Amino acid sequence: MRVPEPPREMYEELEHTADWALRVQGRDLPALFVNAALGMMELAGVRTGDEPGEVRRIELQALDKESLLVDWLHELLVALELEQLAFREIELQITGGKKLVGTFQAVPIISMDKPVKAVTYNELLIQESPDGLEATVVFDV
Amino acid sequence: MTQIRKQDFTRLTPYLWEIPTSFQAGMRVPVRLYADERLLKAALGDKSLQQAINASMLPGLVSHVIVMPDVHQGYGFPIGGVAATRLPSGVVSPGAIGYDINCGVRLLSSEVGLEEAKPFLSDLATALYRNCPSGVGVGGNLRLSAKDLDRVCREGSQWALKNGFANEDDIARTEESGRIPGADPSAVSPRAKQRGRPQLGTLGAGNHFVEVDVVDEIFDEQAAAAMGLTVGQLAVQIHCGSRGFGHQICSDYVREFQPAVKRYKIQLPDRELVCAPLDSPEGKRYMAAMACAANYAFANRQIMAHHVRRSFEETLGGRVADWDLTQVYDIAHNMGKIEEHRVEGELVKVCVHRKGATRAFGPGYEGLPEEYRSLGQPVLVPGSMGTASWVLLGTEGSMEQSFGSTCHGAGRVMSRKRAKKTVRGDRLKAELESRGIHIRARSMPGLAEEAPLAYKDVDAVVEVVARAGIAKKVARLRPVAVIKG
Repeated sequence: MRVPEPPREMYEELEHTADWALRVQGRDLPALFVNAALGMMELAGVRTGDEPGEVRRIELQALDKESLLVDWLHELLVALELEQLAFREIELQITGGKKLVGTFQAVPIISMDKPVKAVTYNELLIQESPDGLEATVVFDV
Repeated sequence: MTQIRKQDFTRLTPYLWEIPTSFQAGMRVPVRLYADERLLKAALGDKSLQQAINASMLPGLVSHVIVMPDVHQGYGFPIGGVAATRLPSGVVSPGAIGYDINCGVRLLSSEVGLEEAKPFLSDLATALYRNCPSGVGVGGNLRLSAKDLDRVCREGSQWALKNGFANEDDIARTEESGRIPGADPSAVSPRAKQRGRPQLGTLGAGNHFVEVDVVDEIFDEQAAAAMGLTVGQLAVQIHCGSRGFGHQICSDYVREFQPAVKRYKIQLPDRELVCAPLDSPEGKRYMAAMACAANYAFANRQIMAHHVRRSFEETLGGRVADWDLTQVYDIAHNMGKIEEHRVEGELVKVCVHRKGATRAFGPGYEGLPEEYRSLGQPVLVPGSMGTASWVLLGTEGSMEQSFGSTCHGAGRVMSRKRAKKTVRGDRLKAELESRGIHIRARSMPGLAEEAPLAYKDVDAVVEVVARAGIAKKVARLRPVAVIKG
């Protein structure tokens, strides 16, 4: 399933004294995961060119949907740090809240303002909302 | 979650407040906060005290969870928190140590007077910026093999000494001589090693920095003399940690401990506090991996010190009488340490979790170099850009009250979001430069997030720990050049 680029209100930065907190929404789990990745890249000030990137496949398995979200964003964090690559054109399928399969374009970044040290489980809970699903992710920076 | 108010505290002394276990179900020990009225109000402004209450639910805690006056909200365990768990079956919680394992501070002293250095300070800032690799995704100049990295894990600063980045005095003046025992690289994931290899000898980004200071005021002549600190002379602080290596190790174990808490039937109010008994296979493996990251961080700050010395030589060599830099001390402020402390008259072996808190051992501790043994352990408390930093000493009071711990910095009071909205990085840079502070920074939004107004008053924080008796003032420093990633 192809997830279109979401409108900006699908994620927003919340007040957090030491770190970054991001409230994310999505009509379903794949949309929530994509929006979280886009929000994380915006917080980090990631800039890329317009050229298409190499298409990569991803497969993750986790204890539950919250752990799966942490693992997914951690994959992005590592790609940003180790390879200076951002994710674009993300297509995800999530089965049973525990298994993620998908593809994305890995696009070289031009610059990034600030790296994320870690994606945390702090108060992390994926909940139903009027528009689908909602979660708040706290990043250690 | 219950809302916490000032009246929920019992005031034990003018600078110590306690929340009893009766405040919230599940608390195993009380929470004690070091603060004056103003800092208590600041602590009530975010979730930091609720996070301390959550931490008080960890199994195996002794005495109380301690909260320092520079406390602020973190991601599970508050920054500025100390918690000790009893061996063998008390727990270790990776999130209560933090992702940046052995984030810490090193202080170097010099014989260079501010006045003689003034004409060269801008060049010095530029040289430091050039020689200390910093910023997002920036690797260092070292090319470590897999075997080299394993040696760094086991040897820490000793590896840096063998490879020409240190001298014997540096090692003696580093916490644990820059080498934590029990490191086992086989407990570290391939991905952590992949992230760690290119980053040794780099500063990173965020709140990490290299700062040239001038000694502004001395409060303890004897201790300052032992540390080589003289009013009007330059000193250098290096603040960094274990980089992506430590971040990955913590991430790996927070993930691994998610099912472990279920196996050990541990119930916690926040999944970020996941833990495992210290004598369990999971707990032992984490401690072995944490020691690897701690040793990596000691080596990292040692290599940064080498870069700083090179920058001083390049810029000041032949221009001032003596441009050598002597290590004052190097201390961690994110770490889990196995230590012995007296609890209700009994000597107990505990794992002291310090997250955003500094070890502050008092006089007589055998692990201190001879010149500091009768004084106590040096404690380094960096402020925010543009404000003071402090050099303190551990005391008998810190040993009695706070598991040999004290504060670690100013502590944030404003969110990063608000700081970015309130401050423009380029204007802040211009303002600091107009006050004679040379700034070199890669990211202007990053600089704005670290603006001094986002932090508490470090002088007030230090006043509280000094008056409470858990540290003693030695010297105050003020910045003249700041290098940020």
